Amino acid sequence: MVQERTLPVFQTAGANITREEGLMLYEDMVLGRAFEDKCAEMYYRGKMFGFVHLYNGQEAVSTGVIRAMRPGEDFVCSTYRDHVHALSVGVPADNVMAELFGKVTGCSKGRGGSMHLFSAEHRLLGGYAFIGEGIPVALGAAFQTKYRREAMGDATADQVTACFFGDGTTNNGQFYECLNMAALWKLPILFVVENNKWAIGMAHERATSQPEIYRKASVFGMPGVEVDGMDVLAVRAVAQEAIARARAGEGPTLIEALTYRFRGHSLADPDELRSKAEKEFWFARDPIKRLAAYMTEQSLATQDELKAIEHRVQDVIERAVKFAQESPEPDPADLYKYVFAEDDP
Amino acid sequence: MAETLLYNALREAIDEEMGRDPTVYVLGEDVGHYGGSYKVTKDLYKKYGELRVLDTPIAENSFTGMAVGSAMTGLRPIIEGMNMGFLLLAFNQIANNAGMLRYTSGGNFKIPMVIRGPGGVGRQLGAEHSQRLEAYFQGVPGLKMVACSTPYNAKGLLKAAIRDDNPVLFFEHVLLYNLKQDLPDEEYILPLNRAEIVRPGKDVTILTYSRMRHHVMQAVKTLTKEGYDPEVIDLISLKPLDFETIGPSIQKTHRVIIVEECMKSGGIGAELTASINDRLFDELDAPVLRMASQDIPTPYNGMLENLTIVQPPQIVEAVKKMVGGKI
Ligand SMILES: Cc1ncc(C[n+]2csc(CCOP(=O)(O)OP(=O)(O)O)c2C)c(N)n1
Ligand SMILES: [Mg+2]
Repeated sequence: MVQERTLPVFQTAGANITREEGLMLYEDMVLGRAFEDKCAEMYYRGKMFGFVHLYNGQEAVSTGVIRAMRPGEDFVCSTYRDHVHALSVGVPADNVMAELFGKVTGCSKGRGGSMHLFSAEHRLLGGYAFIGEGIPVALGAAFQTKYRREAMGDATADQVTACFFGDGTTNNGQFYECLNMAALWKLPILFVVENNKWAIGMAHERATSQPEIYRKASVFGMPGVEVDGMDVLAVRAVAQEAIARARAGEGPTLIEALTYRFRGHSLADPDELRSKAEKEFWFARDPIKRLAAYMTEQSLATQDELKAIEHRVQDVIERAVKFAQESPEPDPADLYKYVFAEDDP
Repeated sequence: MAETLLYNALREAIDEEMGRDPTVYVLGEDVGHYGGSYKVTKDLYKKYGELRVLDTPIAENSFTGMAVGSAMTGLRPIIEGMNMGFLLLAFNQIANNAGMLRYTSGGNFKIPMVIRGPGGVGRQLGAEHSQRLEAYFQGVPGLKMVACSTPYNAKGLLKAAIRDDNPVLFFEHVLLYNLKQDLPDEEYILPLNRAEIVRPGKDVTILTYSRMRHHVMQAVKTLTKEGYDPEVIDLISLKPLDFETIGPSIQKTHRVIIVEECMKSGGIGAELTASINDRLFDELDAPVLRMASQDIPTPYNGMLENLTIVQPPQIVEAVKKMVGGKI
């Protein structure tokens, strides 16, 4: 096992979250976890197909960042590991599950699948199946905000865009090209790296000359921060600061969240390369258990209240599966629908 | 009526559309201060500001993706490829995101954008600056492809492309920028999906586009003097192909010659031939003749370069042979 990086310490005393905020963050993370566990079950039961990438273990990053944003106004851009980002922005579990089942009630009408979740209503710019290709798209949404404000004189245009991607993706040119443009034009965007130490079977240290990704921000003159990605309160604090900066027109931030995926790269991955010791180190840092402990220690919630949330989420998931199962397939007559704008006026 | 050079006709189209719709903007390398590599955007930044005529770093794939993201969120970007060939670096964003994203998203997003710029085989520019890209892009679902060929159609088509709600690849030819033509003073727009009957005739249908239209018309001058009467159609829309215009012409002439600058393998002519055989085989009195450029990188040497693309005398010969019943 490679030496683990020292995780930055976050003083939870300064977190200052209310009981309501704490419960909201907890519920969002539990929803993400339970949804993914159900996906694994449904995949093995032959209900969903293709490459399915689960987010277990990384929940604090999605929840910490997205739940610090303005729902339905700010933009979020994801990758192929996108189910939980979609849930955090508010796409109903029903429509995410239905998409995975390939049903017409899915958020992408059954045309996208696991790696291509979209929702214009929730300002989810999409899941992107190719490494790095979502970063320029997110940059475009951020550019659009600046354009509306400065070229069209719309004073209400202060939306922020958050763009999520993995450690492996930071070795791709689009990452550097977009960091440059974002800093150059001071675009309101957060580049959120989910450094889970692996890009399928490629260990991060074997792929990059400077493993501390947040440091790569400095050469672009942009703030770069590392954060314990297993601590939702720490992620939230860092995100809030970056969002405020972006909204104030002060430009982008690169956030490197140190995290870990608790499952293989995808459900097709035998996961043979990661050591037991490494996994155990990270399992012990489960972000959901961590928040639960904090909430109860601080008397923000009781065990029973947290249990009640878990039950409620289980119901949501069961209903989503039922919804997906009972939803119709797309109409074969609509095979060509959505190729061009005029096909669906 | 004002005599207008083709590059200025394009500039007028962009200027008019930017004036009309504040969401329209131009981005690309040297489109602002420098005015574009062929001066199509000259001084527009002075009128519309540096955000609406955005000089980008040399990062084709990323600024193309940025245009996609801005189009998804309500703007109407016009990308200028400094040379269209450079957009090979943007192939991923053009194919996956501009082309397919609307479908993949189940109609969640539309992507109104234009990707335009100088292309085609220039004069001794060497292989990389003399590309025939339409062959590469034609397989991408969700893209429209248009090739302009005169100042008149350049302006009317570009305006239509900017207003279209889909991604449009708009091909200009480096050797046509200085063509001159009188343009109407009043505003006009041309449909993106319509071929243009350049010259009606009855002997043979010649299907062509972009610069080859002018090679064909040169050949036609010779042919008509000798009593031949070919029909010339400028495809304009390379994707989708306008069979509403092509079909009736073939039903009239029963003979087809395709003249293109594209490479032969997997080119526009290849697709066109296959589609004609699919739809109109019984109408044909002779096999479709495909005159395309050679399947080689465009050579630098001027003589070799001329051998690479179709020349007017070859078109004259081909028409005579076909109409004379020799093929
Ligand atoms: C352009 C491209 N190349 C290769 C792949 C195959 N691929 C899918 S995920 C992945 C690893 C990405 O790792 P990282 O960026 O760290 O994200 P993670 O999966 O760990 O969340 C690779 C190589 C791809 N999807 N796209
Ligand atoms: Mg990774």
